[in-house]
Amino acid sequence: MTDRALAVVRAGALTTVQDRGRPGHAHLGVPRSGALDAPAAALVLRLVGCPPDAAVLETTLTGCALRPRCAVAVAVGGAPCPVTVDGRPVPWGAPVGVPAGALLNVGAADSGVRSYVAVSGGILVEPVLGSRSTDLLSGLGPPPLADGVVLPLGRPRGRHARVDVAPQPAPPSELVLRVTPGPRADWFTPEAVRTFTSRAYRVSSASNRIGLRVDGPALQRARSGELPSEGMVLGAVQVPPDGRPVVFLADHPTTGGYPVIGVVRTADLPAAAQAAPGTPVRFVAVRRR
Amino acid sequence: MNVLPVGDDALLVEVSSGEEAEALHADLLRRRAEGTLVAREIVPAARTVLLDGLADPARPASELAAADVPPAAPRAGRVVEIPVRYDGPDLADVAAHWGVAEDEVGRVHAGTEFHVAFCGFAPGFGYLTGLPARYDVPRRDTPRTAVPAGSVALAGPYTGVYPRSSPGGWQLIGSTDAVLWDHTRVPAALLSPGTRVRFVPRGPRCGHQGGP
Repeated sequence: MTDRALAVVRAGALTTVQDRGRPGHAHLGVPRSGALDAPAAALVLRLVGCPPDAAVLETTLTGCALRPRCAVAVAVGGAPCPVTVDGRPVPWGAPVGVPAGALLNVGAADSGVRSYVAVSGGILVEPVLGSRSTDLLSGLGPPPLADGVVLPLGRPRGRHARVDVAPQPAPPSELVLRVTPGPRADWFTPEAVRTFTSRAYRVSSASNRIGLRVDGPALQRARSGELPSEGMVLGAVQVPPDGRPVVFLADHPTTGGYPVIGVVRTADLPAAAQAAPGTPVRFVAVRRR
Repeated sequence: MNVLPVGDDALLVEVSSGEEAEALHADLLRRRAEGTLVAREIVPAARTVLLDGLADPARPASELAAADVPPAAPRAGRVVEIPVRYDGPDLADVAAHWGVAEDEVGRVHAGTEFHVAFCGFAPGFGYLTGLPARYDVPRRDTPRTAVPAGSVALAGPYTGVYPRSSPGGWQLIGSTDAVLWDHTRVPAALLSPGTRVRFVPRGPRCGHQGGP
């Protein structure tokens, strides 16, 4: 392997390679996948001079530690966290030079869930169906990072940005998700639809890249019986038999058999990616555009 | 045809039968190839076709609501043959549901021409139809936590082959060495919507592979 590589010293709780995902294959059962907080991933790529389709690392709560084998520019964004190079604090949300062999530590999130680490040249693992994203539902793309793994890096094509700090939205203290009525809203009682868009929910610790699960009042169905499997969109709010809504995120299955009561606006999903377990959630009914 | 809006840029088009869903899917693919429909995803399912990533959902919504589904063209193209050993652990249960002897299950199954109605559940998993309705079987009461890759299985009106080991509640009637999904292959999926499929019986697995 060339020296354009990155050794994983500490993989953290769950760190995956992500890019913009692999849309266009849902009819074969292939999830879209891709960075859950796509604006944060796009920003750190821009900060290190990578094109928008390059791959970053997405951490979960506990960060990760990396040792590049060559001098690189690095930017960390998304969930705010302490960042150090060989133990010395360096800025978060800005391009930072890391010498060859130095230890970059991306600390645990101070708030939010997922930090994004872009490295000049981009993470150059082998693409699958045009994407380098790890897909946790179907196992496509590279496996989640493990200690000791070495990731190849591309050659830098652009210069890193000259900024001191890039503004980023703070992780939500309350997650407000705008929802339009789902295709199967009529499978629920009017009371359940009112409950869904008026009562308080909380982010459940069972949330993952497949879905944002929430705790709160169960939603009663008006119709019993099975719904034949049908196509699912990003942001679909599916309600399984326990009545607790699940918001489908990037690694969601492409078809499903539970009724969809509502659909969350795509623009609101990056905040959902940063809502830690316990965060209050409100679903606010909006009209279709 | 019932056209249901899904979020701001998708439509779920509901029809009354699986055959109609397949015909609609074929027609929508044709429209996309012609350039009269711009959609990122066209996802057929049991009774619906999802159109996702529409630039302007209002136009296809009104067009589809007014349209009739043209009847599907006769299925053409090559038939994918999947070698199968009818040795699944649920063979006896399926035989009991069908009211036939155990060895009759494989004969009926292998004597059927299937086609892929739609895909889902996992990359490369096709929902195959072709068996007459009297051969429908329920899912298992308790799903298995791990179904081996290559398991040939039945549920409801469908046959499927598990592309990789995963949990599953379908009735397992056989196994195959066919590779359903290989991302290094083009195309990666052996089965895609519309593919015709025949299962070809093989003898029991030779017991001498890999040592004593």
